[in-house]
Amino acid sequence: MGEFEVHRVRFFGLVPAGVRCLACEPRGGRLALARTDGAVEVYNFAANYFQERVIPGNEARSVEALCWAAGDRLFGAGLGGDITEYDLARLCAARSVDGCGGPIWSMAANSTGTQLAIGCEDGSVKLFQVVPGGIQFERNLDRRKGRILCLSWHPSDTHIAAGSIDILRVFDVCSGQTVQRIMVNYHVQKVKRECIVWSIAFLSSGTVVTSDSFGRVQFWDWERGTLLESHTVSTSAVLSLAVSEKEDSIIVGTSTGATYQFQLLPVKMGSLEKRWVRTKPFQHHTHDVRAVAHSSTALISGGLDAQLVIRPLMEKMQKKGYDAALRKFTFPHRRLVSCARKARLLLFQFSQHLELWRLGSTNKTGKDGEVLPLCRMPEHLVQLKSKGPEHIYCSCVSPCGSWVAYSTASRFHLYRVQYEGDSISVKKVPKVPKLLPPAYQLQFSADSGSLFVASARGSVHVLQLLELGGCKLLHTFRPPSGSPEAVYLLAASADGHWVAAVSGDWAIHIYNLKCFKHHCAVPAYSCAVTALAIHPVTNNLVIAYSDQQLFEFSIPEKQYTAWSRMVQNCGLHRVWLERDSPITHITFNPKNPSHILLHDIYMFCVLDKSLPLPDNSALLMNQSTLKQLPENARQRQLHAFKICKKFQPLLFADLLDENCLVMVERPIMDIKTQLPLPIQQKKFGT
Amino acid sequence: MAALCESFTLCGLGPSGGVGLGGGLLALEPGPDPDHVLLTDRGRTATLFKVSDQKPLGCWSVKHGQIITCPVVCNFETHEYIAVHDDKVLRIWKNKDINLDKVFKATLSADVYRIHSLPNGGPVVLFKGGGVRTLDVLLEAPQQEIENIITDEVIKWSEAFMEGQQPVLIFTTEKDGEFFVYVRKLKMNGLHKYKLEQQELSKPLNFTAHIKNQTITLLCLYSNDSVYKFLIPLQQNTEEEEQILSKSLLLNLSVSGSVLKGTSFVVLDKDHIAVLGSLAASGEESKECLTIWNTKFQTLQTSKELPLGTSGQLWCYEEKFFFTHGKVLTVIMYKCETSSLAAAVGKLKDSQAPEVSSFVNWNTLGDEELVVSFQSQQSVALKFESKMTDASTTAFEDELRQLMSKAQMPDFQATIGCVITALINRCKTNPKYYPRNFLLQIVQTRDLSYSLCPDLMAVALEKKDVHLLQICLQRFPDIPEEITYACLKVFLSISEAYLQRIDVNLESVICYIDIEFNNKEVKTEIVENGFNAELEQDIWDTNTTKETHLTADGEFCPVGPQKAALLNAVLHSAYSETFLLPHLKNLPAQQAVLFLRYLYYLYVKCSEKINTTLPGICSPTINQVMDWMCLLLDAHFTVMVMLPEAKELLSNLHKFVRAQVRFYSELNKIEGSLRELQRLHHQKDSQTYSIEVLELI
Repeated sequence: MGEFEVHRVRFFGLVPAGVRCLACEPRGGRLALARTDGAVEVYNFAANYFQERVIPGNEARSVEALCWAAGDRLFGAGLGGDITEYDLARLCAARSVDGCGGPIWSMAANSTGTQLAIGCEDGSVKLFQVVPGGIQFERNLDRRKGRILCLSWHPSDTHIAAGSIDILRVFDVCSGQTVQRIMVNYHVQKVKRECIVWSIAFLSSGTVVTSDSFGRVQFWDWERGTLLESHTVSTSAVLSLAVSEKEDSIIVGTSTGATYQFQLLPVKMGSLEKRWVRTKPFQHHTHDVRAVAHSSTALISGGLDAQLVIRPLMEKMQKKGYDAALRKFTFPHRRLVSCARKARLLLFQFSQHLELWRLGSTNKTGKDGEVLPLCRMPEHLVQLKSKGPEHIYCSCVSPCGSWVAYSTASRFHLYRVQYEGDSISVKKVPKVPKLLPPAYQLQFSADSGSLFVASARGSVHVLQLLELGGCKLLHTFRPPSGSPEAVYLLAASADGHWVAAVSGDWAIHIYNLKCFKHHCAVPAYSCAVTALAIHPVTNNLVIAYSDQQLFEFSIPEKQYTAWSRMVQNCGLHRVWLERDSPITHITFNPKNPSHILLHDIYMFCVLDKSLPLPDNSALLMNQSTLKQLPENARQRQLHAFKICKKFQPLLFADLLDENCLVMVERPIMDIKTQLPLPIQQKKFGT
Repeated sequence: MAALCESFTLCGLGPSGGVGLGGGLLALEPGPDPDHVLLTDRGRTATLFKVSDQKPLGCWSVKHGQIITCPVVCNFETHEYIAVHDDKVLRIWKNKDINLDKVFKATLSADVYRIHSLPNGGPVVLFKGGGVRTLDVLLEAPQQEIENIITDEVIKWSEAFMEGQQPVLIFTTEKDGEFFVYVRKLKMNGLHKYKLEQQELSKPLNFTAHIKNQTITLLCLYSNDSVYKFLIPLQQNTEEEEQILSKSLLLNLSVSGSVLKGTSFVVLDKDHIAVLGSLAASGEESKECLTIWNTKFQTLQTSKELPLGTSGQLWCYEEKFFFTHGKVLTVIMYKCETSSLAAAVGKLKDSQAPEVSSFVNWNTLGDEELVVSFQSQQSVALKFESKMTDASTTAFEDELRQLMSKAQMPDFQATIGCVITALINRCKTNPKYYPRNFLLQIVQTRDLSYSLCPDLMAVALEKKDVHLLQICLQRFPDIPEEITYACLKVFLSISEAYLQRIDVNLESVICYIDIEFNNKEVKTEIVENGFNAELEQDIWDTNTTKETHLTADGEFCPVGPQKAALLNAVLHSAYSETFLLPHLKNLPAQQAVLFLRYLYYLYVKCSEKINTTLPGICSPTINQVMDWMCLLLDAHFTVMVMLPEAKELLSNLHKFVRAQVRFYSELNKIEGSLRELQRLHHQKDSQTYSIEVLELI
């Protein structure tokens, strides 16, 4: 098919922030996650754990606890002392209420989701009522010295257990009085260190489960104040704990990166007496596991090594399928890199700054696998720092390389970059049109003449970029029936005719740029869109969904293409469908209209529509086999998917020109060297 | 022999700490306590590590814009840390200090080259101009003027020692390709300057020095891949102008055609040095490696390849090497034993047991007074001897026990030797007398050796006291081959029924032996290292009775556990092949076959595990089994070939060994491919940007 010159880039120094807390939506299919930089993410179980919503962080807003309340409302609280409600449609912090108790260490919602309890630095536990449009302070419970590090409601909502340093207390919610206090370090001989209760859970049987800094998981009878069981699981702290909804299984996370499952099992076969038994150990993390969650079918853990690990419980699985695989997420499910094809520039998006790099070049050619000598090294051109505490939502560089745009929660910035010889000047475009920030996605047109801004309520703004360095708002598209959800993906056609937009409700709308009209909507499909792009020649819209399905929709004809219907009839290869990371970018080769280039974290694929689809008996990843076959024997083995797994983890891939690719990798080892040293454990007697 | 043990990572290094020229660390210095090191990088930071825990205990940095120019050292007396940043600013702090901005600060009047901290002498500061001060003197007046001794010379290396009560500092300088050595005695205020003998076409790369008997031995690694030695006597009062130091070749760093381009080296003991460098054979790519050389025999003792590259720096503290390897600081432990002839030519006893000297220190007897005391001890022994004739055995043993309780006497071994000799003499004269329990007890104290009581084992052989023989074989390091053979013969000839009634130490066999060796109906499938004995049977050998023989030979132990334990003791003893072989030829054929059968059984047992070791304490190693098997076959070659019952055994043994050889050769083939894969993997990972060609079909 052809040889590519691949610019293999490993200098994108992205270090994903560690996972701070996790919250499973009660009876819902979503998982909320907060990172140490204050970012909040929502993963959708039904959409193959797609990271469907991201609210970028804010330096001033740390998140120590997350909880779902009143159905699908998400609240966060942190060391800033505020309780924040997140707007998941507009992807921003909606409103904040001061907790009035200093830094907040913990928060828990009651079983009906009508009340929130917070644990503060000053030792107080405060109750808030969840009301439409916000929360309202209700009252304080009995206050004692010592920060409240963890909280748990009894399922009947009558009592709250709270963990502090050396002590755990149980409050009566009605009277607000402390009804039990238990010293947790009582049983440790010659205690010199303080014992921190890191996490707590109140079971309906009246048992309180605690995990502490001595590495113990303990079960207490709260009424008698007695220790029922104590399990030492680790020599270092047990930081997190979560109970399954049926209260028959517990997952705990430790600071050595190990997680353990406890199960409530009969003492012997058929016996009614049951005990908690430590059953499964897992070592998926290298650093502190600060957060764990227990969904109905999986153990979920998040560590300071930035990994989210979803480990399915095989006994809950009916069949081998997508849910039955262990999955690890380290990188976001969206693009942080954009590429100026013509100028050969790459723009890297970090949480608070952007880096613009120029690629190197070579004047040699070679055979497959060869590394070519460089005649020019890559060059770091500009670093743009975003002012203020807000993190960057999105960024983009224009194809010609002379425009760079980015947006934070409250501001939109556009820069004009000029290259004169070796010197570069960056000028801020002074008067950008007043748009309702934030922008969720930015996309320049192919001729760099206009900029599309994805915005809230399903709207897309079209800005015209002027030669002299100014810009003006040309038009704003809105879906005809309206939508509360923000647009999170955009695609523009090369001929400047069409723009396609995907909003949070997964509806895809196509707008005509010549007459500024809504053209059509793509038929609804019940899964999240992970990437889309418009073919430069045929104006077909190629869509990748999180269930790994691929669709091709003809914009001029307003219907799926014949090829797309053929794909749906034949079905995609089983191995393709079982992949666990979403396609994050699609692009095309103008010289080869039948080719679609797509990639996820672990592979890069050229999809050749002119070749037959592989059936399940064929080998999907057949490139190495093909390379060993003689020329004439290859023909029979060829199929549409040409997959290359050489570049991993792949954050971005794009076509620079007809036979030149750029691949941005971020080796996990490079991230690990940026992390603090993990707790070393002795292995093999060293 | 010297050996490199397992390695582990102490910490990852930042971007500047990696491999290559100008990379690496500023220095690694010993910390305040054993097992602690202080790491100073080339930037702003110093970190204290506990090595065995691989854990940082403290970390200190200077402000942005400042840079640590002199490695942080620890004052061992006060447990304070001392550093110099920006050449002149001295900082002193304690463990509990966090912010270096707030700790003691003194600005000096001249640039510091290095600070050396001496365990009993306090820190000594060497300035770039060659001036030297102890820290105490310097702190009294930090701004005091520092003399400039060397004008255009640049200090290349320095080191400090304690000679008696006074610190001695040695440093080397370079000027226009000429090298000078300065020795500074601090208390005497003496300074000596020497010039190094010039060498055509090569120059010094690295130095190290140690002091012994008032003489400094300066070792120098030259660019012509050789290590030279210079001797500098300290007792020199004549203030001569610039003596020239003549060198003598210590070691040539080349081995069978390949040459080691050393970058740094350390001295391990009087016979061993370790060199870090790149080993280049002609026509091959050079590989960086860590090597240990024996200077006495001029041999390369061991080496380890470092494929990820190093910064060329090597430190060694407390039997551990420290060096950067790739992006991490690696620690590797080593063992360096004095080279001995026994290790070179014979089978040295496995040194699993703790190091207790079982030899009499004859030097202790050289002293006048000790001879007197020895004589008195002899008289004690004589007294015992006279008592033996009349006193009852039990009373006598009690008295001996009392003597033994005073075990810490310097000449205790000699005394016990006398006592044993006396006892044995009595046993010889009176065949009915044999204090077996007492003899066992004495032998178990581990303070005896064969040479101290040569007749003990002979008497035990005569009495067929197999338990005592077993203990002697386990404890004595110096049993002659003749006696070892005699033990073997006795062990093989004693009937199993007799042995079952006897108390023998079984700890070497209980972990692997099948006790129900008579139960031949249980037929389990054995797979040794992935090899199935049955599948390997060849077609030409279609003897129907073979199968039962096979199980009897390979699967079940041909001897009882007691006999196995005794034979293990023989396998464990030290011997030299040349001396053992003539005796072994006398072993009766039936016993030789039985012994071979047992060895075959052990060999199969060893091969079952991937690490080819048997479980348990003092169980024989596969090397011991193989060596004895070869010896036995050598000694009885013709007999074995002729004997009909040996034929089956030999053929099975042959097949098993052949299968093992095939298996290992397959593994060797895979190893090459795996290594290549690993190499490719490393190569691929190193760059941050490359343009590569990718073909999609």
